Order: sequence, then structure tokens, then C-alpha cells
Amino acid sequence: MTRPVEISVPKAAGELPNEKFVELEKYIDNLDTTKGALIRILHKAQQIFGYLPMEVQLFIARKLNIPGSEVFGVVSFYSYFSTQPSGKHTISVCMGTACFVRGSDRIHEKLKEELGIGSNQTTDDGLFTIKDVRCIGACGLAPVIMVDDKVYGRVTEEDLPEILNTYRQKTIDS
Amino acid sequence: MTVYRTNILVCGGTGCVSSASLDVYNKFKKLITSAGYDKEVKIIKTGCFGFCEQGPIVKIEPDNVFYVKVNKKDAEEIVNEHIIKGRIVKRLLYKEPNSKRIIEKHQNMPFYKKQFRIALRNCGLINPEDIYEYIAVGGYEALGRVITKMNRDEIVDIIKKSGLRGRGGGGFPTGIKWEITKNNHSDKKYIICNADEGDPGAFMDRSILEGDPHNVLEAMAIGGYTIGADKGLIYIRAEYPLAIERLDIAIKQARELGLLGNNILGTDFNFDIEIKLGAGAFVCGEETALINSAEGKRGEPNYKPPYPAQEGLWGKPTCVNNVETFANIPAIILNGYEWFSSIGTEKSKGTKVFALAGKINNVGLVEVPMGTTFREIIYDIGGGIQGNRKFKAVQTGGPSGGVITEENLDTPIDYDSLSSIGSMMGSGGMIVMDDTTCMVDVAKFYLEFTQDESCGRCTPCRIGTKRMFEILTKITDGKGTKEDLKNLEQLSYMIKDGSLCGLGQTAPNPVLSTMKFFKDEYLQHVVNKVCPTGRCKGLAKYKIDPEKCVGCTACAKVCPVECISGKLKETHVIDQNRCIKCGACFEACRFNAVIKPK
Ligand SMILES: Cc1cc2nc3c(=O)[nH]c(=O)nc-3n(C[C@H](O)[C@H](O)[C@H](O)COP(=O)(O)O)c2cc1C
Ligand code: FES
Repeated sequence: MTRPVEISVPKAAGELPNEKFVELEKYIDNLDTTKGALIRILHKAQQIFGYLPMEVQLFIARKLNIPGSEVFGVVSFYSYFSTQPSGKHTISVCMGTACFVRGSDRIHEKLKEELGIGSNQTTDDGLFTIKDVRCIGACGLAPVIMVDDKVYGRVTEEDLPEILNTYRQKTIDS
Repeated sequence: MTVYRTNILVCGGTGCVSSASLDVYNKFKKLITSAGYDKEVKIIKTGCFGFCEQGPIVKIEPDNVFYVKVNKKDAEEIVNEHIIKGRIVKRLLYKEPNSKRIIEKHQNMPFYKKQFRIALRNCGLINPEDIYEYIAVGGYEALGRVITKMNRDEIVDIIKKSGLRGRGGGGFPTGIKWEITKNNHSDKKYIICNADEGDPGAFMDRSILEGDPHNVLEAMAIGGYTIGADKGLIYIRAEYPLAIERLDIAIKQARELGLLGNNILGTDFNFDIEIKLGAGAFVCGEETALINSAEGKRGEPNYKPPYPAQEGLWGKPTCVNNVETFANIPAIILNGYEWFSSIGTEKSKGTKVFALAGKINNVGLVEVPMGTTFREIIYDIGGGIQGNRKFKAVQTGGPSGGVITEENLDTPIDYDSLSSIGSMMGSGGMIVMDDTTCMVDVAKFYLEFTQDESCGRCTPCRIGTKRMFEILTKITDGKGTKEDLKNLEQLSYMIKDGSLCGLGQTAPNPVLSTMKFFKDEYLQHVVNKVCPTGRCKGLAKYKIDPEKCVGCTACAKVCPVECISGKLKETHVIDQNRCIKCGACFEACRFNAVIKPK
């Protein structure tokens, strides 16, 4: 018999600062109504904490007086919400159709190889996280990758090491 | 008011911003100010011009000169030469890829010549962050006319007679939807703008919202007035930060001028709009899923009926329309239904915006009258296939649609003709593929998408799409059989019949359609174990050229699985069944005799 996989909500990687909870609580208290506002609150929480570990989900559940499972149900449904902290720089590889037709899968493979991680994973040094995104609206520049907010268009496999090094260098410099 | 002698329009759409148009914009600001021309020359950040491939785009008015691929340095030259000395910078004009002809005015470019703009009429023309510019081009006039001079039935009648059909994919007549929602009595009703734009590779709705947000707000207010709603929602994907920001600004400006809020234009009509963010789920574009998500829940679709027009947001009658559908409304009210219904074909009126992308020369946003053919879009507007390669297929309808081949290129584009050739209008994504694109790989790409995006509610969709994806992977890995093709087809019909919402009902379409038009290519993969385009790595074959092989045995020595045989000084052969495609033989050969797969 196959057993259902145990679902566990990841806990926070370290101590979460109290001020952040205060900030979130203030945001919730200032809403006109919490009716239908769960997704909005989660967006805010992710903006404050960077991700949504179990502690944050439970905090929201208690605050809204709804079951924690309901919060987890919503968090796990939407790909925008993450329960893992991400690296210093997020590299989003466009996997939209226009980019695919112009060879984004090769860029994706090469990037994973270069960093030694898969999608939604973070490098050991905490510098990079790879994310797949669907069409960022710059199809004219396909294939496209985005590092944080900066868009790189018409990317080739050969460009990748240089792009990565720019960000590595930045970290060393700072 | 200051009158400017010249306007410099810089595109501020996502495509051009990605190619650093904001730097160009700031550079112009700096240069013009330091040259002391800031009272004479105005620099305006506009919405998308549509010609994303050639971005950043800069247009000089009233000279009507259209510069392409402008960078910060070029901005300096434009200011020094064009603005100060009145000499056009020829180097930055658009050059037609085939004829190499230089074109100065955008009306003369083949890309714009066949277009007809209704939904996009203000994109690239006005500053989307300034409500007065929208008002200057006739904005909010339609709303004023509607709420002061017309009753609700009259409006429904106009929209019905215009023949406008939903642009979100379904093509349902908008006038009828408004009428049904209007006739359902309730103390509270809602109007929702669907800006979830899930089709990956489509960016029509986003460009409208970024380039002309007030157009959509005005239309929503007209719709709200018609159906009797005082509250509007815009459900937009969180991945569209620029569109969200522009909408936010637009809503605030409209409230300040009393065009949203209570007693609009002194009437007793109250209407306000709220933005709701999505959180990355394709299925939330489906209207019942969207409503669940707008209520802060998991975005799973519901069974219809009840339709949203009966029981929608919070159980109240709700009208859901797509961004582009809304963008047509003010123009219809101002110009009349006769004008609108004179454009297009018998059953599909008006225009349609397409996001033209893929292996095409002019990637960008195009708006054409219904009835335009694929050939006109791809070859006249799109400038043909990149690198003069051979056209293979074009996909419309995204993950729900199908491919259109050479033989159907002269089909007029409208709702019914597209369904009759096995594709669909969809929301407007149009992906062009050339002879280097493998159709099995494309089908796999779409199934990878749908199996990932299936919300999991219906078993055939949740598990079926996974199985289809696995079979397609098996085929592209070179392990497929003829039996697999049969299974794919059978699964397709099962998923179509057994799914609740449009996602599952249409998910198998890309497979069915590629299997129909490119049966041979599938057979090549499963029977001959070759991928004609060389895209499928699993089917790639290393070969030894007998002409070049001198029989040095270098390759046989390095082969880790010992699948290369041949005697010294005789031609060597690779046993394809055992080859693991490691490429070691290719590296080892000093006579270029090993042929590496493409
Ligand atoms: C899986 C799925 C995804 C959809 N995605 C969208 C979308 O992204 N945008 C949209 O406007 N309509 C989408 N629709 C269609 C909507 O359900 C709905 O028909 C549409 O918003 C109605 O507006 P219209 O009549 O103006 O087209 C989708 C439907 C399905 C089944
Ligand atoms: S598909 Fe990659 S930007 Fe649109």
C-alpha cells in the first residue's frame, strides 16, 4: 500500500524578529475588513519576512481566527508563495512559450549545471535561488532571464558565467 | 499652459523597460534640461508601441519620426542633431530586414500598415500616468454620456448590436452577459476585470493596462452602471508590477477628479474599484476560480451553473470581463455600434490584439481587424520568419489551443474559422515556429505546463495530464512505441470528457492538434527513433563519417560503454542501442570523423 506523504510545513530557519510580527499585526489591524483578505495578508507577510514559514502562517491563522490548515491550503496552492527563504539574488528563468521556442530550456539546463542546484533551490553559499517564471512580457527579447529586477534579454548559454560573476563580484565588493 | 514645440515619446512598456528604456528616458530629461530646452521640449513616458523587438522605441512629435533600438548614447545624438539642429538621425531609423529600406514614419512601416487600433488606440500616444492626457483624447466622455443621458437598456442594446464578443478566450457576446447580470435582481452586484492573463507568451492585457489604464477603468464604470454594480474589482497577476503601479495611480487620479467614488459627475451613481492580486496560478484566469481566489481562498473552479451572473463574488450576481473586452467599450459608446460592427467579419466584429512572438522577425503587439489572415500577420506585419527559415506552424490559444499549418495560413482569423480548423482564438497569444522546432517537444512543453497548473480537483485532469506528460517525455527520450501514441489519444479524450473546467477540457488540445497535423513527426520519433529537427537530445545520434574515418581506434578506446567497433585502419561504427551520447568519441577524434548531433 502506498502511504500518503507526510506533509510538513517548514519551520523558520532561525529566530524571526519580533518587530516583523508587530509590523504584520499592524497591517492586519488597519485593514477595513479581513473578509476575503487572506491572500492580500500573505502577500504582505511574504514581503515582510521574505517567505512564509510555519510560525508566520500560524500567526496569521490565529490573528484571523481561522484554522492553520486553511492558511496552509492557500499558501501551498499558489506558486507565488514560498515556505523556504530564498538566496540573496533570485534568478528567474522565463519558461513562457516565446522563450521556449527560442531555446530557454537550454539556458535553464545550463544555469542549473553552472550553479549545481535545481529549480526553487538555493546555492549553499546562499547567493542564488533559481525560479521558473512564465512570461515576463519581454518576449521580444527572448530568451529572457531576470536577476532580481534586472532583465537580461537574448541570453545565450555562453553569457551565463559572466552574468553570475557580476553578482558574485558585487558580493565580494560589498 | 505651456505649449511645447516638440514631444519626445519614450516607450515605458515592459518590453522596452527591459531593454533599458528608462535610462534613455532619464538621459533625455537630463540633456534637455541642461540644454535649456525644458520649456520647449516635453519628454513623455508612454505605454507600449507594440514593436517590442526593436525597443527601446522613441518617437518625435510632431515631426512623426520613429527611432528604434535607442540607447543612452543615441539619446545624446538625437538631442544634438534632431532636437537642436532639426536633422534626422538616419542611423536610428527602422530598416526593413529584407529590403533594407529605411523607413522614417511609423505609418509607412509594414508592421503598422495593416493594423487597426481600437483597444490599443492610446498606447504609445499618451502618458498613462496622467489622467489629463487621457481626458484630452476624449477620455471619460463615454462615461459622462452614459450616466447622464442613457438608460441601462439602451447601453445593453448598443453593446449587443455592436457584436462585441469576449476577448478572454470564450467569445461570449458581451451585451448578452451584461443584460443577464443586469436582469438578476440583488441588493449588491459586482463587476470584475479579468487581468490574470495566464497564457505564457501573451502580453496583450498587460500592455493595455500599462499603456492606457483609464480606458479600462472608464469601461468598468460604464459596465457597473449598466448592470447595477457599485463595486468593481480588477484581478491582476502579482507578476505584473508595472501594470499594478499604473492602475494604482490611475484609480487615485480618477477618485480625485470625482470620476470614481460617490455621486460621479453629480449623478446619483456611485462606483469604486479595488485591485486584487493573484498569486501565481493559471487556473485563476477561469472565472469561477478567479472569484474563489478574490475571496481569499484556493483558486479552484466551481461547477457551472450557477454562472457568476447568477451567483458570483460573495454569492452575488457578478459580471466578469476580460481587459481587452473592456478596452473596446468607450470607443463603441463614442463612435456608435454601426461603426464597430462595420469592422470585422459577419460573426466576429471589431479587432483583436495578438502578442506575436517566437521565430518571427517583428515580435510585438499587433491589433488587426477580425478576418485578417495568418499570412498577412506573419509575413506582412511580422516581417516573415527569422533568418529567412521555413515556416512550420503557428500556435494560437496557448495551452488550450492548437497549431495552424502552412495549408491554413489563408484562413481569416475569427472565432468560428479558428475553431473549424482545430485551434481557437484564445486570448491572443500567437507563437510562430520554424523548421527547427520539434512539434512533439512543443506538445510536451504545453503538457508540462498544464500538468503543473492543474488545480488537482478533477482526477482525470490531475493524473491524466501527468501521464500524458510522461508519455511525451518517453517519446522525446527515444523510448516511445506506437502503443504510446494510441494511449495519448485515448487519454486525451478521457481528460476532455472528465474535467470540470476549461483547463482540463482543453489541456489535450496541443497534443491532439500536433498529432493530427504532424503525425509523421511523431512516427519518426517512435518508429525510426529520430527527431527530424535534432531538438530531442534523447534521440540525438553520434555518427562516424566513413569518408573521414581513418580507423585510428581513438574513439573506441575512450568509449565508456565500449559500443564502438571496428578494426585498426578500418571504418568504425557506433552501436546506437548502447550509445549513451556522452560525446567522448567526438572529443577524441582528431579527423573530424565523428558527427555530433545538432
Ligand atoms: C483555464 C482557463 C484560464 C483562463 N484564463 C483567462 C485569462 O487569463 N484571462 C481572461 O480574461 N480570461 C480567461 N479565461 C476565460 C474566463 O473564464 C472568462 O471566460 C473571461 O474572463 C470572460 O470575459 P470575456 O467574456 O470578456 O472574455 C480562462 C478560462 C479558463 C478555462
Ligand atoms: S515568454 Fe519569455 S518573456 Fe514572454
